[in-house]
Amino acid sequence: MAKPKVAFYWCASCGGCEETVVDLAEDILKVVDAVDIALWPVALDFKLSHVEAWEPGEVSVAFINGAVRLSEQAEWVRLLREKCPMVVAFGACAHLGGIPGLANCTTREEILANKYHRGPTVDNPEGVEPQALSSSHGFDLTLPDFWKDVKPLDEVIDVDYYLPGCPPPAKNVGEAVNAILSGDLPPKGSVLAPEKSLCEACPLNDTKPEKLTIKEFKRVATSTPNPEECFMAQGYICMGPATRAGCGERCIRANMPCRGCFGPAPGALDIGAKMLSSLGSLGEAETEEAAAAFANAMVDLTGTFYRFNLPTSLLRRRMGPNEVQA
Amino acid sequence: MKTITVNPITRLEGHGKIEICLDDTGNVDRAFLQIPELRGFETFCLGRPAEEMPRITPRICGVCPTAHHLASSKCLDDLWKVEPPPAAKKLRELANSAFMNEDHFLHFFFLGGPDFVVGPEAPAAERNILGVIQKVGMEIAGKVIRVRREVRQMLETMMGKVIHPLFGLPGGVSRGITEEERQQFLETANFTLEFSQFALQLFEDVVLSKQAYVDLILSDAYTHKTYYMGLVDEDNHVNFYDGMVRVVDPEGLEFAKFHPRDYKEHIAEHVEPWSYVTFPFLKKVGWKGFVAGGESGVYRVAPLARLNAADGMATPLAQAAYEQFFDVMGGKPAHGTLAYHWARLVEALYAAERMKELLEDPEITSTEIRTLPTQTPDEGVAITEAPRGTLIHNYWTDGNGILTQVNLIVATNHNAAPIAMSVEKAAKAMIKDGEVSEGLLNMVEMAFRSYDPCHACATHALGKMPLEARVYDKAHRLLHVCRK
Amino acid sequence: MAADQFEPRIVGFLCRWCSYTGADLAGTSRMQYPANIAAIKVMCSGRVDPTFVVKAFAEGADGVLIAGCHPGDCHYEVGNFKAMRRFPILLKLLQEFGIEPERVRLEWISASEGQLFADLAKHFTDEVRALGPLNWKERTRALCESV
Repeated sequence: MAKPKVAFYWCASCGGCEETVVDLAEDILKVVDAVDIALWPVALDFKLSHVEAWEPGEVSVAFINGAVRLSEQAEWVRLLREKCPMVVAFGACAHLGGIPGLANCTTREEILANKYHRGPTVDNPEGVEPQALSSSHGFDLTLPDFWKDVKPLDEVIDVDYYLPGCPPPAKNVGEAVNAILSGDLPPKGSVLAPEKSLCEACPLNDTKPEKLTIKEFKRVATSTPNPEECFMAQGYICMGPATRAGCGERCIRANMPCRGCFGPAPGALDIGAKMLSSLGSLGEAETEEAAAAFANAMVDLTGTFYRFNLPTSLLRRRMGPNEVQA
Repeated sequence: MKTITVNPITRLEGHGKIEICLDDTGNVDRAFLQIPELRGFETFCLGRPAEEMPRITPRICGVCPTAHHLASSKCLDDLWKVEPPPAAKKLRELANSAFMNEDHFLHFFFLGGPDFVVGPEAPAAERNILGVIQKVGMEIAGKVIRVRREVRQMLETMMGKVIHPLFGLPGGVSRGITEEERQQFLETANFTLEFSQFALQLFEDVVLSKQAYVDLILSDAYTHKTYYMGLVDEDNHVNFYDGMVRVVDPEGLEFAKFHPRDYKEHIAEHVEPWSYVTFPFLKKVGWKGFVAGGESGVYRVAPLARLNAADGMATPLAQAAYEQFFDVMGGKPAHGTLAYHWARLVEALYAAERMKELLEDPEITSTEIRTLPTQTPDEGVAITEAPRGTLIHNYWTDGNGILTQVNLIVATNHNAAPIAMSVEKAAKAMIKDGEVSEGLLNMVEMAFRSYDPCHACATHALGKMPLEARVYDKAHRLLHVCRK
Repeated sequence: MAADQFEPRIVGFLCRWCSYTGADLAGTSRMQYPANIAAIKVMCSGRVDPTFVVKAFAEGADGVLIAGCHPGDCHYEVGNFKAMRRFPILLKLLQEFGIEPERVRLEWISASEGQLFADLAKHFTDEVRALGPLNWKERTRALCESV
């Protein structure tokens, strides 16, 4: 019997989700024993023509990573959706928008201006900018346009499952592949990770005091977290309470607070609003002045709360001028 | 008059397309390597606290996240004017060396190397890691996988995550290593040291023993005489973590040597409308177009360039390999682009020796791993060597450490012009009289693959392009769609 | 009123024990105040998850009011203190996103303060009217169009 086929594809990605598959190490040989990889641009030379020639259903599942920001990416993912009975949004960018989603804090125009005109090392007296269509030495050259904002995968195509993480740990990738091959899967639309928040899995969970309160906030710039005590209790903002578990708590074990790459915990409609609710509850301020001072000590709520999922937050993006200018 | 488009290019990190424009005789008039994307890290990082940059900038690239993480951590030291304790610097350099070692093997065995191990014009279905495994056998393939796994597990333990590390802080690191870990890591270092020597031997057996390959490496089609840049220590030996930036001219003479903080006096970026990547050049020579030679500001970075820019290697086995390299290449500097693959393995050997040195240093298990900043932050610059080239992070903040400006020049970015030139030159050499084949197009792609490009880094870019190849006539009418 | 005058849509989260009762009192006392506030009864101002506020703006509200018992009078003792601590953080977050902090208010209104509620309703409605429509959904949709 022919082996089932799988495909890996990347949109607006950093390549980390490719690397995590390679990090299956020896297990990757078990994967290629069990399946044929029909598409994987980083490592194999299959082309669009191959994909277009697939019979519907010939390739069972497409693992697509990266956010969507180019029209051609949308064409590609639509093609894969058409051909494959199952699509898995692989990694934080496909799931939530990812760190590139922070570009929703700014505008396309700002990005272009900083990159090609204002940068301190840019030498561009004629104000040249990359163009969708340009001409050089008599030849016409095209570049794709990029959109005004960043989208997660499910805003472009229907997604069957989400494999969270930045990147998803290799172990989780292996388990997901096995689950798919054996058909042992939760309902469609599920996130392939536990239905609980990181706190429940955290190695420091037991160190939380009976009544956890935060007197004032600390930053890792000017202090070092004590590796043996809950970071929140120490005053560091840790996204653990509002973040889904399943990552192996790798950041915590390196003595650094969680930044939320697995996405909102079950029941958290908006990870930032949930975190702010939690932080407000835990504060010790008893007067409006003290509450204001407590809030004032926090910096960059957007980047702290929505590091990985700005495009999928309730407000989706920042509007109006970015007040921090170069 | 027609254009052959290769889209996308494969077996590299990132996206790109090549447009090969033929004249009426079917010979190559011009060729362009276009990079199609941009993400905007330098803009969307504004307003973030600077201490988060070592966790944000690795997302520029998941293949070389450690490089960004460490350059960013060093930048924070400079920003806050704080000196990490010696053990912290050694831990960071240890991580850098280990990463350099395993990433170079990723490239040789998974990305660019298959062109040599399996053959440049071998069938497309075999020109990849699976073909390499077939060719070298499971025993060797097993070692490749195992050595990378062990080194990466070491990095994961040290830094929390191997893809998108997080232990760097201004003034040090968040986590040290225990004696038990040190011993375990030393075993890994010894294993990769042995493997690194084996890899060079493999290169000799598979590549250098074949005259056709040696001729290819020394051929004019793949040669450009450019300036070269790399970090060097006080003895002018290659150093991946710290030092001064040294630039040599196409004859190998020192042209410049500067402190990282002075990089803006030496490097500027040129812009073209047909690519999202910018094209750095040496300011003091000037931008003269996509040409090589002493009058053109085009320069190269990464393994070949680092070996050229330095006077030697800091460790004995690598030094011997360095000497053998230049012997075969016919002296310094070596200008053959395909020699990047060999230089890469020489560097992997140095990285392994350096790992061992650092792990045998008793200070590596010290618990003095952080000096807390006390100064008000203002501006910081740091330069390290990433596997793919010189990596520059430059941050400005307000008094509270919130970023007001960011400038990044990332490894492959420096090579943008040379890569474009190499592709064009190879296209001109390979495609003649309208004869195009899939294998010849792959030989054009080999010209960029040598550089081990990372286009996500080069553009701090997001996004990949879909795949197709189109043939147009001069009036830009689509004649034929062909797929590589 | 001019036919095309902008009428702000304001969502009000009023706690059952104090401020909702106060608003009721304004009503039964026939005090005149603008009808722009859609009142939602919650058990306590501490029940107001900031998610509600964010969702209200995301879905078309031009202003949001949170009203609870005076500090010290909370039926659940600590609920309004939580609301009080969350509020400046919420303002900061909204401001970062580009929503003017003047669009959201936290007020203490007791069950007997009907007039206070009516006055607040009038003033807040006028302020939000002066700020203009937020139109968050339409504006983000315009930027979310693919090029």
